[in-house]
Amino acid sequence: MIESNKLSEKQYQENFSDIHPPYESSTAAKVDANRCLFCYDAPCMKSCPTSIDVPKFIKQIATENIKGSAKTIFSSNIMGTGCSKVCPVEKLCEGACVYNLLEEEPIPIAKLQRYSTEIAMEKNWKLFERKKSVGKKVAIVGAGPAGLSCAHALSREGIDCTIYEKESKGGGLMTYGIAAYKVTPQFCEDEVNYILSIGGIEIKYNQELGKDITLAQLKKEYDAVYLAIGVGVARQLAIPGEKLEGVVDAISFIYDIRDKGYSSVPVGDKVAVIGMGMTAIDAATQAKRLGAKEVTMLYRRTEDEMPCTKHELDIAMLDGCEVVWLAAPQKIKGSQGKVKQLVCSKMKLGEPDASGRRSPVDTGETFTLDVDMVIKAAGQTPFEKIIKKYKLDNKNGKISINENCATNIKGVFAGGDAVNGGKEVVDAVQAGKDGAFSILKYLGVKN
Amino acid sequence: MADIRSNFLGIKSPNPYWLASAPPTDKKYNVLRAFEAGWGGVVWKTLGSQVKNVSSRYSAVDFNGGRMMGFNNIELISDRPLDINLKEIAECIKLFPDRAMVVSLMADNDKKSWHELIKKVEDTGAHGLELNFGCPHGMTERGMGAAVGQDPEIACMVVEWVMEAANIPVITKLTPNVHSVVPTGRSVVKAGTNALSLINTIQSVTGIDLDTLVPNPYVAGKSVFGGYCGPAVKPIALKFLTTITQDELTKTVPVSGIGGVSTWKDAVEFMLLGASNVQVCTAVMHHGFRIIEDLCDGLNNWMDEKGFNTLDDFIGKSVDTITHWEDLDINYHHIAKINQDKCIHCGLCYIACEDTSHQSINIQKGNPYNTYTIIDEECVGCNLCQLVCPVDDCITMEEHREAPEYINWIEWQKKGLPLNDH
Ligand SMILES: Cc1cc2nc3c(=O)[nH]c(=O)nc-3n(C[C@H](O)[C@H](O)[C@H](O)COP(=O)(O)OP(=O)(O)OC[C@H]3O[C@@H](n4cnc5c(N)ncnc54)[C@H](O)[C@@H]3O)c2cc1C
Repeated sequence: MIESNKLSEKQYQENFSDIHPPYESSTAAKVDANRCLFCYDAPCMKSCPTSIDVPKFIKQIATENIKGSAKTIFSSNIMGTGCSKVCPVEKLCEGACVYNLLEEEPIPIAKLQRYSTEIAMEKNWKLFERKKSVGKKVAIVGAGPAGLSCAHALSREGIDCTIYEKESKGGGLMTYGIAAYKVTPQFCEDEVNYILSIGGIEIKYNQELGKDITLAQLKKEYDAVYLAIGVGVARQLAIPGEKLEGVVDAISFIYDIRDKGYSSVPVGDKVAVIGMGMTAIDAATQAKRLGAKEVTMLYRRTEDEMPCTKHELDIAMLDGCEVVWLAAPQKIKGSQGKVKQLVCSKMKLGEPDASGRRSPVDTGETFTLDVDMVIKAAGQTPFEKIIKKYKLDNKNGKISINENCATNIKGVFAGGDAVNGGKEVVDAVQAGKDGAFSILKYLGVKN
Repeated sequence: MADIRSNFLGIKSPNPYWLASAPPTDKKYNVLRAFEAGWGGVVWKTLGSQVKNVSSRYSAVDFNGGRMMGFNNIELISDRPLDINLKEIAECIKLFPDRAMVVSLMADNDKKSWHELIKKVEDTGAHGLELNFGCPHGMTERGMGAAVGQDPEIACMVVEWVMEAANIPVITKLTPNVHSVVPTGRSVVKAGTNALSLINTIQSVTGIDLDTLVPNPYVAGKSVFGGYCGPAVKPIALKFLTTITQDELTKTVPVSGIGGVSTWKDAVEFMLLGASNVQVCTAVMHHGFRIIEDLCDGLNNWMDEKGFNTLDDFIGKSVDTITHWEDLDINYHHIAKINQDKCIHCGLCYIACEDTSHQSINIQKGNPYNTYTIIDEECVGCNLCQLVCPVDDCITMEEHREAPEYINWIEWQKKGLPLNDH
């Protein structure tokens, strides 16, 4: 049965506690920091989309220069604290750590990064000084990682930034999309405030581009515009039964957990999750943690092609989620308007597709699962409507930009999920930096 | 199993490990615990004139997360009443007759005081005496300790007094706070000391508290130079030891090696450079007496592996391998080689060579892993890359002689051969 309040408050707290607890003491952090070899042209640094100088910040922990360490991190990645909690580090910095080549545990880079940056946030260290205003104004649409990162980089150079955000909170999917056991709403708010503490950035909440404001307005009032609107709604499955009660979209499910509190979010007993990306993992594990008895994840392809990392899959498996590979949803059956069964096609792998992954082919056989809830996590679709409305060049709704982060409209730049179709926070942060760099060039502030 | 029994001037012990004169040998309680753990012998904490200690007393140098790489103290000689010490020494000897009991002495600077002290100590049944000419703080101000060891003439005089009275073997402990230990060494050997021990602690300031701006150890807003020991001083101790075991006069007496011995390997190194046994202090102050197990076990296994049956089979074996620079073979040349299968691409060899050595490593950029190879023609064989490499046996030095024959610097110059490598 789909119901809320399945567990006791104590159980919720246990189930949703931080999965990667921080260091308990500075000594513990130093033990790990001292293990770092301080590699030259370090593979970890090269594997970070924002190129954080990892050996340097770790060495600074070892020398007890925590302020320097935090500054090293934030200079490359203003969301360094958030990234230390949400980055899939096993495929980024930690995955490249040379200790892996010795079959040894890699340096816990994320944990160390969290150590320095949380101290910085706690003490509210002012690590960056904004240059004197140069009298230029930039409008940024979207207060997610890309927008915030762009705004911070611009503000440092003395640009006055205004962010237009359709929601009532900043942080984008960091605030609205990422699992509660990775970051808390309070943390997201603190992180946004810490970023804004540099000054020179104003966020106008509840202001939606296309509804409350127009691109033409922004272009007129500002010297440049940066679009960092992310990607929108969950991809529809386009199968019969999608409108039944008990079919939910992963993003809203995850967001409700964050926004309404654990006990207020309804969850079924037998839950099917469709997809095998990070969102699917977050939805499945959290459904389980909310008290679902059985959670089954369904994916059209096999483990070799899955978009999530092995580490993430392990989290779901350890939570007791089942996985069915090579299964594609065909229809959802219900009675009295409520979900009862999910019928799936059995797939097999065929020829590689455009992404290089072998594509699934229907075998013609089907199987049926008894379920009372279906969570859709088969990716998100871009905000095609507004992008088309403003005649922005795009690829299936993903805004097209050139090497200077510029769209086809003069003075309008873009980056983040809105351009790449949905990657990680760290990619969006880098996109924001790149965008800021291009805008500074465009405005003649830097060359 | 090799035989690791030790005989130092007739003072026998089941192994060559003595505890150096220091807090661990300060009283019966500690010494009995040490003997129970298996220590071969002790040098009882220095007896002599009455002193008063201060608080605090120790400080340390940590390195890259490791604690107490170097250790420092401002303690004086024993601050316990002499008669209690003497009584406890006798009791320990009775309870553990197979262990070495040497007593460290530092009497007031007159013959009578020395003679009285020696008599009392000999009455305990102790096997030997060690003269503390090394303590670098507290006692020097009274003309004792290192003040004696730093002046060959005074040292000679005191040893002469001692030898008049002593009936058991006398070991003279040397201070390293001199440009060379050889003059004092020679002087005390001439005066009749039966053996030498070295080194005592090195004067130091271990560090300053960056909040109070006062160095450690902290005593009411002040500090003083202390005596430095522990793993950090071992290389310095080995150098001083070698100067003693190579000198024609001082090499005629046995030497007890001291200075940063922490592992069986350290002990073997001291013995290879001519020490007959070793004394340990900082390592037990860091980890307790239990380390004696591996000290013995590791030594035993190494001796078995190398085919040495007794300690005498290898004591002094490396003394002659330390020569003068001008005798080194200039035609010897070796070149680094990186084993690509073992390389973990950390780049430490590259940056060390590139920034600080001879730019002999080639970098081929990769994502995320670069490939590093040696440029043979540029490599001078300095070893730096091998030293910084974190992986065992990944970088090896391969011999490529310039020419088959030995040639030293003097000959090289005579022949007018080219000078600069690069
Ligand atoms: C469920 C889920 C889990 C994830 N887990 C992780 C994870 O663990 N680790 C990780 O690194 N990444 C994760 N991601 C991806 C990550 O959240 C995104 O890559 C990142 O947030 C993208 O940043 P962005 O600034 O480009 O877009 P967003 O974060 O989407 O920000 C866009 C902002 O623009 C606003 N906006 C949109 N349209 C308008 C408009 N018309 N007018 C005004 N404002 C508008 C939005 O409200 C939002 O605040 C996850 C994503 C999801 C959906």
